[in-house]
This record gives sequence, structure tokens and C-alpha cells, in this order.
Amino acid sequence: MIQDVKKERVVITGMGIVCPLGHDIETMWQALLAGKSGVAKTTIFDASTFPTTFSAEVKNYDVAKFVKNPGLHKNGNRGSKFAVGATVQACRQAGINVETDNPADGIDRKRIGIYLGAGEGAANHEAFFGAIAAGWDNQTNVMDWTKWTDVAAVQMRAMHELEQEANMPAAHLSMLTGARGPIRSCLTACAASTQAIGEATMTIRRGDADIMIAGGAHSMIHPLGQTGFNRLTALSKRNDSPQTASRPFTASRDGFVLGEGAAIVILESLTSAKKRGAKILAEIIGYGSSSDAFRVTDMHEEGRGAIQAMEAAIADACITYKDVNYVNAHGTSTAENDSIETKAIKAVFKERAKQIVVSSIKSSMGHLIGAAGGAELITCVLAIRDGIVPATINYNDPDPELDLDYVPNTPRKMQVDVAMKESFGFGGQNNVVIVKKYQD
Amino acid sequence: MGRTRVVITGIGAVSPLGLTAGRTWEGLCAGKSGIKRITKFDPAKFTCQLAGEVEEYKIQQYVPKSFRKATKMMSKDIELAVIAADEAVRDSSLITKAIDEQKINVNPQRMAINLGAGLISCDPCELAPAVAKSLTDGKFDIKKWGKEGIELVTPLWLLKYLPNMLACHVGIIHDIQGPSNTITCAEVSGHIAIAEAAEVIARGNSDIALAGGAESKVNPVLIMRQCLIKRTTNQHNDDAEGACRPFDSDASGSIFGDGSGIVVLENLDNATKRGAKIYAEIVGTGQSACINPAYEHIEPDGYGLTIAIEKAMAQANISPKDIDLIIPHGTGIPQDDLAEAKGIEAAIGEETKRIPVWPTKSMLSNTGAACGGLDVVAAVLAMRDGIIPAAKNCVKKAVGCNLNIVKETIKTNIRYALCCGYTYGGQTAAVILKKFEN
Repeated sequence: MIQDVKKERVVITGMGIVCPLGHDIETMWQALLAGKSGVAKTTIFDASTFPTTFSAEVKNYDVAKFVKNPGLHKNGNRGSKFAVGATVQACRQAGINVETDNPADGIDRKRIGIYLGAGEGAANHEAFFGAIAAGWDNQTNVMDWTKWTDVAAVQMRAMHELEQEANMPAAHLSMLTGARGPIRSCLTACAASTQAIGEATMTIRRGDADIMIAGGAHSMIHPLGQTGFNRLTALSKRNDSPQTASRPFTASRDGFVLGEGAAIVILESLTSAKKRGAKILAEIIGYGSSSDAFRVTDMHEEGRGAIQAMEAAIADACITYKDVNYVNAHGTSTAENDSIETKAIKAVFKERAKQIVVSSIKSSMGHLIGAAGGAELITCVLAIRDGIVPATINYNDPDPELDLDYVPNTPRKMQVDVAMKESFGFGGQNNVVIVKKYQD
Repeated sequence: MGRTRVVITGIGAVSPLGLTAGRTWEGLCAGKSGIKRITKFDPAKFTCQLAGEVEEYKIQQYVPKSFRKATKMMSKDIELAVIAADEAVRDSSLITKAIDEQKINVNPQRMAINLGAGLISCDPCELAPAVAKSLTDGKFDIKKWGKEGIELVTPLWLLKYLPNMLACHVGIIHDIQGPSNTITCAEVSGHIAIAEAAEVIARGNSDIALAGGAESKVNPVLIMRQCLIKRTTNQHNDDAEGACRPFDSDASGSIFGDGSGIVVLENLDNATKRGAKIYAEIVGTGQSACINPAYEHIEPDGYGLTIAIEKAMAQANISPKDIDLIIPHGTGIPQDDLAEAKGIEAAIGEETKRIPVWPTKSMLSNTGAACGGLDVVAAVLAMRDGIIPAAKNCVKKAVGCNLNIVKETIKTNIRYALCCGYTYGGQTAAVILKKFEN
């Protein structure tokens, strides 16, 4: 019989991040509270002629600063390398040994699992485009596969190809940590890492693991990724002012800013955390997931799926909407998302909607796609810890239709006991996680 | 919360052996192989020129009229999922929006979906006109691409290639509004998706779930990838039928293909209440990872698979003595087959000699994220009919493989069947099915 929920309480005992605002938690957090932007001209590839020429890149990152054996990860895609750095930080904080066959932390590796929302590795574009160029006859519109193969077989590299697979970041993390519990990877677009953290919470609750390394890793700052988003007209084109381009909930918002990174939390059963004497950072109390089942291209106009996921998370947490202090928004800075998300918040929080504090850190960090929810959940935990909510920066021209308290431009000092992280992905994927200040 | 049992009430499959679960099962029973020379593109210069392609179909036949426009946005992976989902839903007698909008007998908010998907690789021909526009002196020029080439890429192009679009299209067609997830653990995605969907039902988040996986591996980029990683056989280009030889001493690599396997999972109370036909119960699942620095293969002793099987047996509360059938991953890659054989043997011990092991990829090919769904469908039908068909192409077992590979068709009552899988990168999973008993 498939196990029933055992209702183990699930707490966070470690966090790590590699993102456009820094390669560790405190650097990222200080940058965020200072209202800094991680957005600049794209340097990973030559985007100078694209409709959008900027993005939020992770800069000067070297996985060798985090591990003794960087060779094991040298072929890893950007997401995998970011994930390794973030996981080392998180495990260090939680007291979990990495890179050893004989861990001294006393934790059975079969009881440690991994759940990532992770994306693809970038294609080798020289080979990918080069092979097409070699094989395609533009007069006849026919591909000569012999010519295609001649280029592809020489220029495509075996390990680089393998590392494009979406399960590779999780593979690197199991090698890094020795984790032998449930290992999963999902890719539900922009909602992936929130979903991963939610499902990882459930894995511990039902007793399938004591510890889950959960979060996301992704980089779509590559020519095909940007091509795709540009064609969908989802990206901001504010090329003359990249740092103010991500401006969620404003009247002049014109799209999101592509970012990249990895964010990892160590989830642990309260029993295990107490037994090990681990420092508890916060508790995950609720998770809700739904799908719009509406259109491939658009969110449901009334936010039906978003509302359902938020309400499911609130019910799962055994609280009411009145108990939530802070909503860390999906807040992408696209016309559609910010407007529908606002509607959904109003529907869920009813008479309290205008009192609820809502902010989008995508204004600073950009949109980490598969890794976004994980990074944003971490900031919820920090908001609870420090009693301060990060701002929505670049909020200079309110959209009259969007009239919630979006914490404009300046972080807000306030006690946060219960924070809600919501993520909405292309295709109508809605995932919500609720995190609470830990009390015995 | 009470104890929740999760049962299978519908099955659907698309495979190189046919466009339905029934046709696929017939082919498996007859020992047919769906592996042939690749027709989708000219493979003459590929080291492996074989694949499991599915026969022609008209996708419009599988979607309601109101959704036909959306078929333009479907990559092959999405189409395969849509077809198998259509069959599974019809087989379950559930009436979703797609079946009959006037007689819907499900609550959309209580339906979940969880599909395994590959990272959908784009069609080089689709991008070719844009690439052709972006050449300077015959070489690809990213500056031209960004300015001119990009304009020739169809606006919704990206949406064809996001892995979660399988679940999204199927979800829209059948109006599935509950939890939706897309597992991307390569060749073990389907197993994991089924396990997770069962968990979603067990914890009360939904009453019904569509689960399984679909993938189209017959794409020049993906086949080239597998050739370069040296996971394909390059010795059988003139012998398609004998090409994929799981656990055989002459095995030399895998053959990749297109497929989809999707099941309807249901809370037992829900299924009983509506008088549904019940195929089997999901009684145990387990998951772990192989850890191997050369991560294109699993570790030599397959320990990660052993852990997954042991966990699944513990959850099902059974011992190896209870298992009547094992469907392994069995890719035909000698090193991985041997590791898998060792991993399974370590989990089932002395029962290794007895338990029939039936690899399917010699006939179905390696369909990536679809493998788990197809194997579960095959196990369900084996259980229904009390038949374990003969394994194909395992003439002489590889040295070191002690598994009891099914030599000839067996007629027997199957109470418990184990489907297990792994992938490059190391993730492993096991799913145990039990013949339904009240």
C-alpha cells in the first residue's frame, strides 16, 4: 500500500544560493535589501542584436571555490555547477558532509533524498546551428542529413550532450552528497522549484526520507532560450535601461528579465533536526498545486488555478488566509501575470487583500525560471529571520488597476510569521508553498 | 486520514508495435520487434541507423473539435502523450470534458496529472530557414540570427519544446485542474511519475490521476547524442530485428524509439463507487540513485536499483517470494544490463533463479521517458491475461547475469509484478503492482 501521510513536521535547516545578486545567502540578501539589481548587458553570448540585449547573469562563478573535486563537475551545465555551489553551502549550514564516502555526520544516506526543479543544459550552439547550416538547402527546403551528420558527429561532444539532459543537476548532487534516498527532478516551467520543494516536503511528511535537498537550478540565458522567450514577447525590451527593466506591478512593465542560478534548501523532519541538534531556520507548513487547464499560451483570466493552488496550500497548512503576513509574488513584470496574480490575491485574501504585504524580488534578481521559486522561498525565510520584507524595486509608476501593497522600492521592517511563496508557470502550472517562523 | 488504496482503472499506449495498448500487447505476445531502419531522416551516416518509430496517425482524431487548432503547437512528444491519454481515459470509462462535455462524471479539481517527459529536442528543419537567413560567408552568425533569423522562428516555437507541455495539453483536453507535475529524470521518468501520482492520491490531493510518460527519441539530435555517448549499437544496421539484445551475450547497445504509456490511477473508493473495472493495485514504490563518477552508466553493482526495489517491497509488505514477474529496464547496453542484473539479484536473493524476468526493449525499443509507462501497461496486461511472453533476442545470457530471463511464453497467475528502471545520471525507481483483490 502506498503510504499515507504521517504528518511529520518539516523544517528548513540549511540554505544555499548562487544567483545574479551573489554566490552566498548573506551577499544576496544584503544586495536585495539595498535595492540592487543583478541585471546588465548579456555577456554569455552575443545578444547585441536580439530584441532584448540584457539579462541577469551569475557572474564570476567558479565551482572550484566550493568543492575539493571540481573535476567531477567540470562538464556540468551552468545549472549543475550553480546547484553544486548552492548545495555545498546549504549542507554546510545543516551539518551534512559532502564529498566523502565516510560521512561523519551520522546521517544514513538512504534517508537523504533530492528534489530539484531543474532545466536543460545549453546546446553547443556552434555545432547545433553549424550542422543545420551545412545540411539545409534553402532553395529546395530540404535537409541533406549526410551533410548535417558530417558536422554534427564531429562538433557535438558526448559529455556536453549528456549534460544537456534535465536530470543532470540532480545527478551531480547525488555524487556530491552521496544521497541514496528518493531522487527526483521536475520541470514545470517557472513553477518547477516551488513544486520540487513542495513535493520534497511531502516526501518527508510521509516518512520516505528524513532529509531532502530541494530547490532549483536553471539557466536559459542561451541563444535558443532567449529566442523562444523573445518570440513569445515575454521579455522586457528596455534595452536602454536594463536595471529598471524588471518592474513588476507598474503601469509601464513590458516583460520579464531572464535570469539564472540555483537555490537549495535542506528540508528535514523535525524529529531528525532535533535529534541532530540542527539549527532550525523555519518550518514549511503548506503546499498546494494545481493546473489552469485553460490555454497553453495564457493564464486563466480570473486566476482560477492560482486561487486553487493558494487555497490548497492554506488548507494544507491548517491556517486561514488571515494568518498570512507576507506574499512573495511570482511577479514577473509581464502584463498578464501581474494583473492576474493581483486578482488571485484579492480573491484569496478577500477583505484583507489591501493589508497583505506583497513583493516581487524578480525586480532585483530577474526571473530564474526553474530556479526562481527556490530563490524566492529563501528570501521568505530571511524575511522571517530578520523581520524585514524585501522591496519591489523600480516601482515608480503604479498601475492604477493593480492596487495592492507591493512594498515599493524600500524594504519594510515588519514581523513576518507566515509567508507564502507562489509560482506560476507557462502552461498553467501553479505551485504554492507556505513557510512559518519555527516554534517548538 | 484513512488508508487510501490506489488502483489502475485505465491504460493507454503508443509504441512501435501499435497505436494502442491492445496492439502493443499483441505484438509483445507475438514476439514482434518494432525496430526498423529510421525513416524520419536519412540515417546513412549515423553509427546506429535503427529506431522504433510509431506508425502514421492523424492527431486530429484524438482531440475534441474545440482543441484542434492547438494541434499545431504539438511536438511529436506531446502528440504521443495525447493519444495514449485519450485511450487510457476511454478505457477507464471516466467521462471527461474531451469524451462528452454533457455527461462529465469527474470533478476536474480532483483530477491530477503527472507525466514523465524528455527534454524535447527541436526539429532542425523547423529552424533551418531561420538559420539560413543568419549566415555570413556560409557560417552561422549570431548577430544576424538575433536581428533577422529570429523573425522566422514561429512565435509560439518555445511552447512546443517545454517538457511540461505534455501534461498541459492533456490537462486542457481533459480539463484536469488538480496537481500537475512533469518528471524529467530521463529514462526513469515514467516510473517516477506513476509513483508520485499514486502518492498524490494517497495523501488525498486528488481522487484520479493520469500518470506515465511519453517521448519521441527519433530525432536526429537525440539519436546523435546517444550515438556519441556510445549507448547505441552500431553492429546491427542490417539486422533490425536482432539489434536490441537485453541481457544477451551478444548485446552491443540500445535502440531508441518513440512511445507513450499512460495509466489512469484512482482512489479505490472512487473506483468502487462508480463500478469501474480495476486492473491492478499499486502497492509499493521505491526510489534511490546509483552513484558513479562515470555517470553515463550506472554503478557496476547496481546498488541504487537494489535500494529502490527493497524500498518498494517493504512498502508493499512483500518478500521476493511473492513476486511473479519482473520487467527490468534492460536496455541492451552490456555494462548497464550487467549492473542492473546484479542490482536486481541483490534485492531478490535466492528467488533470482525463479522469478521470470521479461525485458521489453528488444521489441519496444528504448523510449526514454515513456519506458516506465509502457512497462507498467505491459505488466497490467500480463496480469490480466496470465501470460508472460517470451523475451526476444536473449539467446545466450551474458556472463554474470543470473536473472531468469523468460525463454518461452509462460501461462501463470501473476499476483505481484515489479517494474524497475534507472537512467544515466543515476536515478532509479521500482513500482510494484498487485492483481486486484477486494
